[in-house]
Amino acid sequence: MSVVDSRPQQPIIRVQGLRTVLGGHTIHQDLDLEVRRGEVLGVVGGSGTGKSVLLRTIVGLIRPAGGTVEVFGEDMATLKDGERRACETRWGVLFQDGALFSSLTVAQNVEVPLREHLRLPQRLMDEIAALKISMVGLPASSGAKFPSELSGGMRKRAGLARALALDPEIVFLDEPTAGLDPIGAAAFDELINALQRRLGLTVFMVTHDLDSLDTSCDRIAVLAEKQVLLTGTMHEMLAHDHPWVREYFHGPRARAALAAETAGPEAHA
Amino acid sequence: MHRWALWFVVDAAAASRARVPGAPYQGFGCMHAKTMPPAWIELRAPARGDSTPELHAGGSWRIANARQLDRELMRLAVPGDRVIVDMAALEALDTAGAWLLYRTLKLFRTQRKEVALRGARDEHQAMLREVAANDHPCEVDPPYVPTLLRILDRVGRATVDVMKAARDFIAFFGAVTVTLMRCVWRPRRLRWTALVFQMEQVGFNALPIVGLIAFLIGVVLAYQGAVQLQRLGAEVFVVDLIAVSVLREIGILLTAIVVAGRSGSAFTAQIGSMKANEEVDAMRTLGMDPLEVLVLPRVLALVLTLPMLAFFADILGLLGGGLMAWIALDISPVMFIERLRQAVSLWSFLIGIIKAPFFAALIALVGCYEGLQVTGSAESVGIRTTRAVVEAIFLVIVMDALFSIFFSTIGV
Repeated sequence: MSVVDSRPQQPIIRVQGLRTVLGGHTIHQDLDLEVRRGEVLGVVGGSGTGKSVLLRTIVGLIRPAGGTVEVFGEDMATLKDGERRACETRWGVLFQDGALFSSLTVAQNVEVPLREHLRLPQRLMDEIAALKISMVGLPASSGAKFPSELSGGMRKRAGLARALALDPEIVFLDEPTAGLDPIGAAAFDELINALQRRLGLTVFMVTHDLDSLDTSCDRIAVLAEKQVLLTGTMHEMLAHDHPWVREYFHGPRARAALAAETAGPEAHA
Repeated sequence: MHRWALWFVVDAAAASRARVPGAPYQGFGCMHAKTMPPAWIELRAPARGDSTPELHAGGSWRIANARQLDRELMRLAVPGDRVIVDMAALEALDTAGAWLLYRTLKLFRTQRKEVALRGARDEHQAMLREVAANDHPCEVDPPYVPTLLRILDRVGRATVDVMKAARDFIAFFGAVTVTLMRCVWRPRRLRWTALVFQMEQVGFNALPIVGLIAFLIGVVLAYQGAVQLQRLGAEVFVVDLIAVSVLREIGILLTAIVVAGRSGSAFTAQIGSMKANEEVDAMRTLGMDPLEVLVLPRVLALVLTLPMLAFFADILGLLGGGLMAWIALDISPVMFIERLRQAVSLWSFLIGIIKAPFFAALIALVGCYEGLQVTGSAESVGIRTTRAVVEAIFLVIVMDALFSIFFSTIGV
């Protein structure tokens, strides 16, 4: 469903032999993962398999104990501070509950990265903030509101607007639909799909939501046994015979989610 | 400048760091045009009067170049009532670039110019459409309230809040008293393990810090007193000074303040994080009374241990004072004790110790009360903890003043 480049597939993110240790526990061991430019990758795995840890490691919030993380072809560990910051402006992160700055309004939140990395006139920043707020489907009236005045779904949208402020190439989403009701979750999936298509984003999504996996993701990566067990499309997941993968993709909840797919396969073929 | 006071500070700091004489300001980050392919805009005005002016946009129209493009577009003046916008040389266009372009086209239209787009690639047209569909300006800052109104609003709110807090605190005090009476009636209801644990936490574990502070204050008092009294040749009265001030006031007051900072805050943080985590609600649904399980052991533990801590502080304060008197004024320990027995009555000591359980109850009640006021967020735990300490210290000092008046009225 996404615009996949016809150029030879140079991965936009390449993780090789990653080892992460947190509080004495090895979370990842020899983990390899590639994300292609322009795709939506969904990362699944049981609780505690380190999905969010992987996301945090790639964006540099957690320092890996071994292995390399390359984003945009640059080895993150060897970059100087300035180069790192330059890389950071090329991706956006949406945390679980938006992680908006509570003392700033929504529009001011969107302006934070603009203010930090660029020297734009205030008027242009206001215009860009309004544009992003509209693009994530928030009403114009929410611009001057504080995060505490918004619902959970709206906070996520506002967080997405902030993540998109600098027109990033990659967007990292940490459980984007967690805590939303099914209608809100479906609407958020739809929003991510639409933005991904229109802006040509690469999306790295940690999720538990089988509906999101099915409707949004081009490929799925399964995290288990401290590694990426397999990556592939939904159909490849369904065909795989690893016990956890079978249980995950053939359980009662999965069947319900996938029933929708078989009912209308042309909808996202 | 008032508008973004916080950011002004940030920007000023960044500017002072980044500004090199002669070099233009480049922002705190590194997303400047230097590292990006350039963007340009060119107006090809007609040589003859009858042809249409052409606006050529080219290069990388991305957010990193937005500042430069914005400035150039602002200066742009297109003559005539027709214009051709040529996008053939455009290499990259993101939403910020598309916005700048769209805004310019919109301006041309309000100037009643006839606009023709030329050479736009499909994806660039799609980006322009995306931006056009999202042209909904919004307010950025919270609604402005006049300063006077804001001050009045704050004063009013604060007054009502204080009144409510006072009412709730009295209600809480009553509820704890009732719970205490119930436990006195049936002592098995009291959580003895929790009580002993809390006594260790707030009493025994506080010994080093309370002792050290009391000792040092004793030293300071003796030294400062010695310097002043030596001028009058009344060195020996330094013992009276130390004894009366430490025993009556400083021993207990210091202990109470240290304990408020150490244990009052801990009570708020412990109960508060349980409240935030819905543990307190879970407790209620399981038929347990949080006052009985959480509050009472803490209050009783502090009421029982604070007098002992105050006694300990008294001893160490006198020790520190005595040591300093020996060193600075050559008052030997024997002389010190002799003078001490003449200078102070048992009452001086008792007045200090009598106050201890009252201060303890106050500190513990404030700590627990604030803990139970926590709502949901982690931020609220922090706010309530700060509040508990400030309120506890304030109330302890107020109560100490009331005790002073009381004792002077009854003449001890």
